[in-house]
Amino acid sequence: MARMKFICDAERCIECNGCVTACKAEHNIPWGVNRRRVVTLNDGVPGEKSISVACMHCSDAPCMAVCPVDCFYRTAEGVVLHDKDVCIGCGYCSYACPFGAPQFPTNGTFGLRGKMDKCTFCAGGPEANGSEAENEKYGRNRLAEGKLPACAEMCSTKALLGGDGDVVADILRTRVLQRGKGSEVWGWGTAYGKPAQGSKS
Amino acid sequence: MKAAAKFLIGALTVLALAACGERKQTSGGESPGRRGDAPPWTGTVGEAFIAPGWKVGDATSWDNHIRARAQGQNEYSRTSINP
Repeated sequence: MARMKFICDAERCIECNGCVTACKAEHNIPWGVNRRRVVTLNDGVPGEKSISVACMHCSDAPCMAVCPVDCFYRTAEGVVLHDKDVCIGCGYCSYACPFGAPQFPTNGTFGLRGKMDKCTFCAGGPEANGSEAENEKYGRNRLAEGKLPACAEMCSTKALLGGDGDVVADILRTRVLQRGKGSEVWGWGTAYGKPAQGSKS
Repeated sequence: MKAAAKFLIGALTVLALAACGERKQTSGGESPGRRGDAPPWTGTVGEAFIAPGWKVGDATSWDNHIRARAQGQNEYSRTSINP
């Protein structure tokens, strides 16, 4: 069974925001909500790096662990989804998520916080696949149409890869081997620094 | 003295194994009242939008189709250059 994952190749992302636009257009995302966004480190400095970020559909998702009404569920394909009919819009998930994936639309005259909205890996929600109710609440269900997420399929440089984790990891590995660099950009070394000469750890 | 040592060892064993019986804290099982979600390989209402190349209702067919489609993101497999 496929296990769906996203990978963004920081060596290829050109910060065009095509993925953000594709997502917003595909799912009719309201103003102020971005299920996906592009983050740039050292913006404007030569050597800047960009990466497209959305829900990473974690295997042990912190949002699922903290949700007081247990509105999250994981599909057999490893996609983390939620039920908007159960969500109370408390915002716990947004504090728990390390990627800032949960979004809250402002509803009503006084901008009250609405039900949580996040990337669905284009897999909709608990409503019938492709139904009007599902489309209205969660957007289009591309997985049930035999398609991959719009953001990944629309990416012009193919920096953003989406699909079965084994397949996308293989694609990235092939690239890294071909160009001889790229694996060091994001990961342990970036987060914790490289070990200094002669140090113990 | 011996009985006290035995008691102490027993107490320490119970203490050490206490964590083994800890309740799982990750959200796993189905909640009461949660609705089920149809798997993606069952297709959608709007049949016109279904991508050709797989059989609706066949999980293996959908799985193979999605894997093949994901390879469309790999330009090394789309060109004659063999990595």
